[in-house]
Amino acid sequence: MNDVIIEFNDLGFQYRAQAKPTLYNINLKVRKGEKILIAGPSGCGKSTMASLINGLIPISYKGEITGSLLIKGKESREMSMFDISHIVGTVLQDSDAQFVGMTVAEDLAFALENDCIPQDNMKNRVKEVAEILNLGSVLRHAPSELSGGQKQRVSVGGVMASDVELFLFDEPLANLDPKTGKQAIELIDELQKRTGAAVIIIEHRLEDVLHRPVDRIVLMNEGRIVSDTTPDELLASENLANCGVREPLYLTALKYAGVDIKAEMHPASLDELTLSEADKSKIRAFFEQNNKVKEKADSEELLTVRDLSFTYEKTNKKTLEDIAASIQKGEMVAVVGTNGAGKSTFSKVVCGMEKEDSGEILFNGEDFRNLSIKERAEHVGYVMQNPNQMISKVMIFDEVAMGLRLRGVPEDEVKTRVEKALEICGLYKMRNWPISALSYGQKKRVTICSILVLEPELMILDEPTAGQDYRNYTRIMEFLKSLNDRGITIVMITHDMHLMLEYADRSIVFNGGRIIADKSCAKVLTDTDIVDKASLKETSLYHLAGLCGISDGTAFVQGFIDYERENVRK
Amino acid sequence: MNNLFNYIEKESPIHGLTGATKLVCLLLWSLAAMTTYDTRLLLVLAVLGIALFPIGRIGVKDVSFMLWFTLVFLVLNTVLVYLFSPQHGTEVYGTCTYLFGLSGHFAPTAEQLFFQLNYILKYFATIPFVLLFVCTTNPSEFAASLNKIGVSYSVSYSVALALRYIPDIQKQYHEISQASQARGVELSKKASLVSRLKSASAILVPLILSSMDRIEIISNAMELRCFGKNKKRTWYMAQKFKALDYVSMIVCALLLVASITLTHINGSRFYNPFK
Repeated sequence: MNDVIIEFNDLGFQYRAQAKPTLYNINLKVRKGEKILIAGPSGCGKSTMASLINGLIPISYKGEITGSLLIKGKESREMSMFDISHIVGTVLQDSDAQFVGMTVAEDLAFALENDCIPQDNMKNRVKEVAEILNLGSVLRHAPSELSGGQKQRVSVGGVMASDVELFLFDEPLANLDPKTGKQAIELIDELQKRTGAAVIIIEHRLEDVLHRPVDRIVLMNEGRIVSDTTPDELLASENLANCGVREPLYLTALKYAGVDIKAEMHPASLDELTLSEADKSKIRAFFEQNNKVKEKADSEELLTVRDLSFTYEKTNKKTLEDIAASIQKGEMVAVVGTNGAGKSTFSKVVCGMEKEDSGEILFNGEDFRNLSIKERAEHVGYVMQNPNQMISKVMIFDEVAMGLRLRGVPEDEVKTRVEKALEICGLYKMRNWPISALSYGQKKRVTICSILVLEPELMILDEPTAGQDYRNYTRIMEFLKSLNDRGITIVMITHDMHLMLEYADRSIVFNGGRIIADKSCAKVLTDTDIVDKASLKETSLYHLAGLCGISDGTAFVQGFIDYERENVRK
Repeated sequence: MNNLFNYIEKESPIHGLTGATKLVCLLLWSLAAMTTYDTRLLLVLAVLGIALFPIGRIGVKDVSFMLWFTLVFLVLNTVLVYLFSPQHGTEVYGTCTYLFGLSGHFAPTAEQLFFQLNYILKYFATIPFVLLFVCTTNPSEFAASLNKIGVSYSVSYSVALALRYIPDIQKQYHEISQASQARGVELSKKASLVSRLKSASAILVPLILSSMDRIEIISNAMELRCFGKNKKRTWYMAQKFKALDYVSMIVCALLLVASITLTHINGSRFYNPFK
């Protein structure tokens, strides 16, 4: 058939610098008009598949290819990256880095410029694309003036401008909040319907991608294709759990309630899911069992903030207005909100990196305002999102010791304290390793450890799990939970709804420089108005409750959380 | 915070000129100012240069940082010239007119003062024009016109790209420095210069490492969209030369001619009122 765009035949690949192949015996066909999701945990080879499809392998990344990969019937190895780029349009994970031009218009025009399209045609084409993607009003804006969703639309526009036959999205959701992610999935769907092109999405967040239907899901693990089937079939099988990919949350709830999931029930979409009366009553029974009101233990206030305001000097914009909040000892709190809502500014003001206009900050009942950044750091530790932005030493031990040495702590005390911190973080055995040998998750641990060594009572973490797959997410979060069990209070700035549901005791929601909600995560994630303002999504559990005729959806979500915390984890 | 390289988007005749025109004008203008020490021409250049600011709709506030920087440098330079060769004016102009009834090696002479006045004028003849160039030239359009006058497009594009990423890197620097201060790196004036320099490395290492990561991603992103495919490329931001472009270049060329002619007439680079 001629409408096959991509055809892998028994393909294997090994990177030059690696001892073992990354891909084994890959067989896969993608036809015109198909929409395919390639899912799998980090390191399963899905990104390598993407690089093979768009030609980065073997041109930018060297290695040995066995078997064959045909792109529109031609052997890909004999094509140049430029030939391939006229067939395959790639939207990279990091839409900031994909943004090459100075302004939106220039970025949309980038591929056209390289193809020597005359300026008049180019301007018309850019205008057309901008109209389709609703970017007309921001054509002259620089990337820093755009929202995450707009940036992603620009990346899509940049490849759309040159009429490709296959769109390849490499982890399109990684840098987006839930609401924008939902819009991105809708955009991909529309894009395919409009152009009739094939679409391949590489992503491990199954539930979010399934917001719009896909034809097939290719599940990968350890360099092999585990299954290649319809979403319904896949979700009815045990394969997801075996590969460490998270299934949609409503299915987890169904399983807890003892419902047997079969492909005929259409488990891929909550809208099409058919539940028998027997199934529904099982869920209601599960709800009855777990709907207990828990009394809250009183505890001491650790951090209290009153009437806090902050104005950003450069723009003269009020980014925090009359903030009042308190954090109790031993809590694990999520701070949520859109970009620019004030959540990062809030933590920076607390840590002393920015100076408030007015208001009070009390820590352990004492005024915190007169302490310098360095002094506050002994009480409140701040961990940045990207570990590479914090690491400045070559060896793990030195990195962790840095804060103590800068404070003039005697070397023998440094040694004992660093070793203790490394022990807690599970890094003791690696203490003499260079940091460059570590994975992303391990680096994250090092940065947390280097803050922990200063023995803060409160730790603020900016997006601790951004871009992590289920397995790493669980590792990082269980680690934070263990620190919390040791008595360290933890505040997490996050967009991750799973994190909120599974680990946070409470969420504080920022919007336009104010706190608009401060309540349990179950309440936040079932409140349509707050969910929208904080750029989150309603949890699918809430809709499942509605489907089963449970009127108090919030209580159902809370029951699910409690059940999971008591029975599933430890 | 003030950016060093700060294109300020406005509508003005100077913004409307192509980047190539402005670059050529800048070169001709600076050559003209460098060649001569003739007070009359330097005055013309200084006044013209400053007069261009309102035309380009650039205010003093927009360039204040650079202005302060050059003023400090200028004062320092003037003082040093006087300290090291207080008789330089006498050598140049061939006469020696002591002022205020003083005499001796460090005594002020009319020649020296006149020489240093010219020296200062040279600054005023060139710096405003450079600042204006920086403020009114869109990096992308500049890249396009560099390419037009024969510079290879990958070089031109790297220039634009470097300018494009300066604000990003500044932002990152700021964030990293805050985080390291929290760990105890002292960057304030409390610490000695040596320890501040040492501390700076605690920020530079992560900055460089995270920039390296990005360079790889960007170059892939560019290649995936056919950068480098053809010998040539077209430019979205390219502009055609208009009448004003030619006029500006001719005016600047005339200034250079005037400068060379004056040197010839004066018999040296200096205009000598003491003869």
